[in-house]
Formats: sequence, structure tokens, C-alpha cells
Amino acid sequence: MDLLANLSLGFGVALTPVNLMYAFIGVFLGTLIGVLPGIGPVATIAMLLPATFNLPPVSALIMLAGLYYGAQYGGSTTSILVNLPGEAAAVVTCLDGYQMARQGRAGPALATAALGSFFAGSVGVLLLAAFAPPLMLLAANFGPAEYFSLMVLGLIGAVVLASGSLLKAFAMVLLGLLLGLVGTDVNSGISRFSFDIPELMDGIGFVVIVMGIFGYGEIISNLGQSQKEREVFTGKVHGLFPTLQDFKKIVPAVLRGTFVGSALGVLPGGGALLGAFAAYAFEKKVRTKPDEVPLGKGNIRGVAAPESANNAGAQTSFIPMLTLGIPSNAVMALMIGAMIIHNIQPGPQVLTRNPALFWGLIASMWIGNLMLVILNLPLIGIWIKLLEVPYRYLFPAIVLFCAIGAYSMNNNTFDVWMLAGFGFVGYVFIKLGCEPAPLVLGFILGPMMEENLRRALLLSLGDWSTFVTRPLSAGLLAAAFLVLLLMLSPAVKKRRREAFEE
Amino acid sequence: MKIKNQKDFFSGLMFVGLGIAFGWSSLGYKLGDAGRMGPGYFPFLLGSLMAILGIVIAFKALAVKTEGGDRIGSWPWRPLVFVLSSNLLFGVLLGGLPSIKLPPAGLIAAIYGLTITASLAERRFNSRDVLILATVLVAISYGAFIALLKLLMPVWPEFIVG
Repeated sequence: MDLLANLSLGFGVALTPVNLMYAFIGVFLGTLIGVLPGIGPVATIAMLLPATFNLPPVSALIMLAGLYYGAQYGGSTTSILVNLPGEAAAVVTCLDGYQMARQGRAGPALATAALGSFFAGSVGVLLLAAFAPPLMLLAANFGPAEYFSLMVLGLIGAVVLASGSLLKAFAMVLLGLLLGLVGTDVNSGISRFSFDIPELMDGIGFVVIVMGIFGYGEIISNLGQSQKEREVFTGKVHGLFPTLQDFKKIVPAVLRGTFVGSALGVLPGGGALLGAFAAYAFEKKVRTKPDEVPLGKGNIRGVAAPESANNAGAQTSFIPMLTLGIPSNAVMALMIGAMIIHNIQPGPQVLTRNPALFWGLIASMWIGNLMLVILNLPLIGIWIKLLEVPYRYLFPAIVLFCAIGAYSMNNNTFDVWMLAGFGFVGYVFIKLGCEPAPLVLGFILGPMMEENLRRALLLSLGDWSTFVTRPLSAGLLAAAFLVLLLMLSPAVKKRRREAFEE
Repeated sequence: MKIKNQKDFFSGLMFVGLGIAFGWSSLGYKLGDAGRMGPGYFPFLLGSLMAILGIVIAFKALAVKTEGGDRIGSWPWRPLVFVLSSNLLFGVLLGGLPSIKLPPAGLIAAIYGLTITASLAERRFNSRDVLILATVLVAISYGAFIALLKLLMPVWPEFIVG
């Protein structure tokens, strides 16, 4: 069978000692930084991206993927122990996880998160391996019109998922697209919006934008708030393993979470976040047994389902990225940025030109997930210690690593100035309640979108109807329209508000 | 007219301003037409759309009432100034400033500069702790970025290594 042959090729690549080491470093550093409060996976990956420049492409991507789910897992640890979600997808884990910790059951909650994530991650990897190649065949039928429509769908997805005003999220996408166009236009060779600054001719550095907006913006915002005393449950973590009673509740919840998460992760704009929210909402609908506490009061199912869903979603969100070269969320946008830096054009041709990289990456994801379980269960004690590091020691370190990262992009201080500029911009966004994730997605898609729009219209001799007369493209646009319509319907609008407030 | 949602109103204004700025400067490049798009076509489209959206957002903020008025609140000048200027100082110390003939002072000086300045963003500034932190960060950075990853950057001041 093809799948087995491909997977064994992948494991051959991923199991080399060097790549195992990078997967380990990625998972370890990712968890480490994910646990530290006030810094999420996007900023983590952006900060460590320069560290992967000198590695071979496979190792670099393996390490970055490891960082991603490491950071994600680290985020759930802080959710459970301090009620502090390291990132948006972990918000729902706080609800029941923190309550469990308060009842002295932090151990089982952490173990459930790790085991559920591992199971869901394994399923996600299998789905990725099974569905990516056929999707790539479909991608062969994609012309510029289809790519353009797919990107529209992806951006609409990002808009819908942003918390707060849809209009503002939409405007942020546009701003991102425009920022992405800064620099030399590939078609005419004219340098746009660059104010004759030579450093801007190559465009604005992606990493600089992400570190400025997510890293510095957050730090300034954290320091601006009066310090709340956090309640950390350090002494109370004992008895890691869930009881048999717990397992009976966990298993179906994990299965449901995995299913919901995998399905939603594939959607452009989806990723881990949507899956986690949906899985929790779903779990609330499942009837509580008489011996159970209700969800939100420390029910173990409330940890198992969203944790499985976000990990499954994290895996399946690689599908659109690897098959079509279209990122479904900010982290995937960073991965694409990394691939481009290594001279790999993301998209269907990766599989044909670079099968070892493709399958190696997939296999390493499973290994990474396994490492997470092995790493986290015994090391929980260390992660807890980390939580006690005061923020006043942490933030100068984050500021420093961002600055070093920015400089090392081009060995140029210009990127350091830009970092400060985007740090300010990022804080303004927080102040104005404009969520930055749609901007990041727009930024990476900007040049791709312009190029595909240009080609599509060139082929149709300037006729815009080409987007609706080609069936695949029309279908994608219809899906985008449907998503938008759904979100505007009053019932969903209300539900959405509730979900983000919880 | 009273602003009923401060955050939305000012973000609306921001989008209008940026939209006009991008749209206006796109007119400086060749627009072309749909079948033969010039470099100004797509950005002009995006800029105009953003300006229109900005107007809608700002008007909605004037018309629709929000609880508490979604006020922007005060600006935390202290972290804003110290975090951003620590970053600028880092750049100046690391790479020097050719325009005023300032030679690079190197990574180690830059790390001390950044850590001390950034720490001032917190009210509880303890010079002993900050110096220890800076020294630890120097050790980590040197080990990770210079020794291990072999990133290219000046480590020592130029007047020492020449």
C-alpha cells in the first residue's frame, strides 16, 4: 500500500538521530516557552525562526513543527495550573482544567491533556498522510481563479474567527494584504510603498511584523495592567494518573473532540482554535451522568475534549498548507515563511519534488507528539517551577530575543528599528481592539493573491465573471459567502459572542 | 454628535487614514485595467475598500450604543517608552549608527543596554537583580546564538577588536 510505503519513507527521514534531536529541541523549547506566561505559539515560533536558518530544510521544518505543538501543549499547562491561557485555543481548557486544579486534581487534568493530545495528534497525522496526496491531485486542477477564490475563503474564515467586530477584522485583513505588497512588484519591477528605502525593497520582514505585533505589543499591554496576584497550584500536583472512573469519561470525550477538531482544522482559517471551542460546546450538549459535576465546574470531559480537538486541528491544519501552499492560520503562515526562506515553494509540488521532506515532516509530527507525552508527564514539576519566574525577569528576556532575532534576519539594524515600530503599532491595535491575527494572514497572502488575481484576469481578458463561471472557483466563493452569511445570522452572532466571552 | 464607541471610532479613523494613504500613493504607479493590471491596480482596490470600511466602522461607532462606551483608556507611557527605546538602544549599540559615525559596541554591551532600559518599564527597579539578569542573558545569548548557532554579529566593541 502506498500510504505505508510513504510513511516508512517518512519515518526513515524523521528517525535519523539528527532529526530526532531537532524534533526534541523543538518540542522542548516550544513547551518551555509555551508555559511562560504572556507569550503564545506565534511569537514563540517567530522568535526562534532565525535559529533554524542554518539547518537543512527538513530539520528546520521538523523543529518548527515541534515548537508549534510544544507551545500549544505548554499553553494548556498554564491554563490548568494558573487559569492563564498561553494562547487562544487554550481558553476553553481553563474552564474545567483550572477548576480541577482547585479541587486538587491538577495531576489528572494535566495527564488527560497530554494523553488526549497524543491520541488526537496521532489521528490527525494519519488523516494528513491519507488525505494530502488526493488533495494534491485536486490541486492540479486549480488555476489562478481557483487559488484566488480559495484565498478569499481562507481570509473570510480568519475574519469570522477573530473575536470582536467582523468589520474591524475585515479591515485588518485588507491592511495585512497591503503591507504584504510593500516592496518590489514582481511583475513590473517597480518598488511600491518603499519610500526609497533600500531595505524596504525586499518587503517588510514577516518575522519582524509578527514579533513586533504579538511580542512587543503584548508585553507593553501586560506591563500596562496592574499586576494581579496569580494563584499557582504548585504544591498540590500529586497523583498524576486519572482513575478508572475518569478514563470511562475521557475516552468518549477524546473521540468526540478528535473528530470535531480534525474536521474543523482542515477549513481555511480554522486551525486549532475553532475546533477547541466547537468541541467544548459539543461536550456541553452531551448529557451529564448523575455522578458527574456539570461542565465548567471541573469536569474532566471539559479538559479532554477541547485538548484533543485543538491538537487534532493543529495537525489537520497542515493539510491546506502542504497541499495548496495556503496557510490556514498565523502559525501556518509562519511555516510558509520558513519554507520560502529555505527556497521551498509551498504547494502541490512539494510532494513530487521533495517527497522525503513531505513525509519526513509528517512522520516527525507523530514522533513529536509522542515526545510531548514522554516529556511532559515526568517534567510537569519543572514546568510548574517555571511558572514562578516573575514577569519582571521574563519580559526583558523576551524583548532581547526578539531584538536578536530581528537583527539576525538580514544582519541589519534596520529590522531592529522596524521591530520597535511594529511593537508600537501592535500596542495601538490592542488599545483599539483590533485583533492582529487576520492581518498576519493577509500579509502572507497579499502577494500570492495579487499574482493569482492578475493571472486569472489576464486569462479571462479582464472579465471578472471568470471567478463565478469556473465551477470550482464558484464553489469556493459560495462557501465563503455562506460562512459570512452564517456569521451574520442573529442566532450565530449571539452564540459567537457567548463563546468568546466564556 | 457623541462618540458611542471610542475604540471603534478611532480604529475607523485609522483605517480611513491608512486606506487613503495607500490608495493615494497607488495612483502614483500605473493602474492599468483588469485584463492588464498595473502595479497600482490591486493596492488601489484594497486601499479604497479599506477606507470605505473605515468610514462604516467610524459611523457605526457614532450611531450604535455600546455598554461603557468601549473607552480606550489611558496610555501606559512608562512601558511604552522603555520597552521600545530599549529595543532602539539595542540596535544602536549592536550595529552602531553610521550616520553620526558611532561605531558598533557589540552584542554584549547591547544586551546590558537593552536589559537595563527594558527593566525600567517596571516600577520595582532593583539594580542588583537587573545586572544579574543581564549577565545571565549575556551568557545564554553568547552560548546559543554565537557559539551554537554561529549567527554573524559583532560581539565585542569595535575599538577593542578593531
